[in-house]
Amino acid sequence: MKLNLKIWRQKDARSKGEMKDYPINGIEGDMSFLEMLDVLNEELINKGEEPVQFDHDCREGICGSCSLQINGEPHGPDRLVTTCQLHMRKFNDGDTIVIEPFRATAFPVIKDLVIDRSAFDRIQQVGGYISVNTSGNTVDANATPIEKEKADDSFYAATCIGCGACVAACKNASAMLFTSAKVSQFALLPQGRVEATERVQSMVRQMDLEGFGNCTNTGACEVECPKGISLENIARMNREYLSAKLKG
Amino acid sequence: MSGLIKSSIARKVVMALSGLFLVFFLAQHFTINVTSVLAPDTFNEWSHFMGYNGLVQFILQPILIAGVIVHFVMGIVLEIQNNRARAIKYKKYSGGANASWMSRNMIITGLVVLAFLGLHFYDFWVHEMDYKYITANPEDPTRYLEETVHKFEPVWRTVLYVIAFVLLALHLWHGFASSFQSMGVNNKYTPAIQTFTKIYAIAIPAGFIFIALYHHFNPITQ
Repeated sequence: MKLNLKIWRQKDARSKGEMKDYPINGIEGDMSFLEMLDVLNEELINKGEEPVQFDHDCREGICGSCSLQINGEPHGPDRLVTTCQLHMRKFNDGDTIVIEPFRATAFPVIKDLVIDRSAFDRIQQVGGYISVNTSGNTVDANATPIEKEKADDSFYAATCIGCGACVAACKNASAMLFTSAKVSQFALLPQGRVEATERVQSMVRQMDLEGFGNCTNTGACEVECPKGISLENIARMNREYLSAKLKG
Repeated sequence: MSGLIKSSIARKVVMALSGLFLVFFLAQHFTINVTSVLAPDTFNEWSHFMGYNGLVQFILQPILIAGVIVHFVMGIVLEIQNNRARAIKYKKYSGGANASWMSRNMIITGLVVLAFLGLHFYDFWVHEMDYKYITANPEDPTRYLEETVHKFEPVWRTVLYVIAFVLLALHLWHGFASSFQSMGVNNKYTPAIQTFTKIYAIAIPAGFIFIALYHHFNPITQ
């Protein structure tokens, strides 16, 4: 497969970047998108050029590291997959593929396609925990009966890998889907209710402080999320937030 | 309650509540307007009541104007924040791959509807203020139908009204159901809300378009 890659190159956080063309040959349909970039980088290194920097770690769709905007969509044209799970058979011989970093003011570019997603870490740090007594008499989580439906919903919310595709897809660069998943996974469980009122307020406050945009309910985040996190989580967070504020 | 309006969620709730209020007003406005076609005497009677009733004029009308202003100002504030949230834009952005045109362009359809409201206010509200308080004409409960039909004689005004209502339909198509999501409502009733939204978004603007076209093609000749 022969492709023409248009890739965002940026020397460092302070430099002004630009799109550069990279023709590439010999790409197999069974390669993952990241393996295709590995091939490109091998060529660049052999030519003495700077390889393209991109985030990756597990390469099996669970770490949330890979974060590429491919032809205008986070993680590319496939659904419910991360960039590392995207196969080159989704593209055709001769295609032009535009590769950019996830764009958001809260996700500044560090170099080329690598972005700083520590804004997500800070949102989790202000509320993504529960208080459990660990002084020797810790109660087994399974000792507390939980309705299956709620346990399932909590689990589905917890499958969010924090990749940032929701922010990247949203026309407003809103982080509502991510934050709502982190709020929901605790709000649905009795163990998470202890700090529920403070948690939702802290996490929404931090989300706003980071400079993410507002939710317009376009649903783009849900469509592009590699884990299929539902918009129901955003509605749940809105309820939790309004309830917390009205309680004072 | 302190600081409620400072949060992104609270601002969206303000947008949703003011939007739902305007949706409700639209149904009431249409109910009165449709009588101009079906029962002209009723139209005159109801219009006269709306024009001279103290509760409507001095309580409900200011609330309505405030609702429009809040919805508009908050919409602009949110749009400015949203633009700042992605200061550097994508070279390629496939918005149509994952969201509807209506949901992505609420600011455009909203601004067109707002511009139309300027014309609509000039046509009817300014005229009424002049008639009642500046020129200080005596009450005439029979004048409303003739004045309304007369407004739709020019082709340009009728065309502008039709365009505005098409844009209003696109705005409602996303906005009505979206307001429930903003207020935290996403449950077993959501599919019914979405279906009702689509019916409402087509039926009410189509009804207004029908009324405008009906009066344009059926002028009152003296």
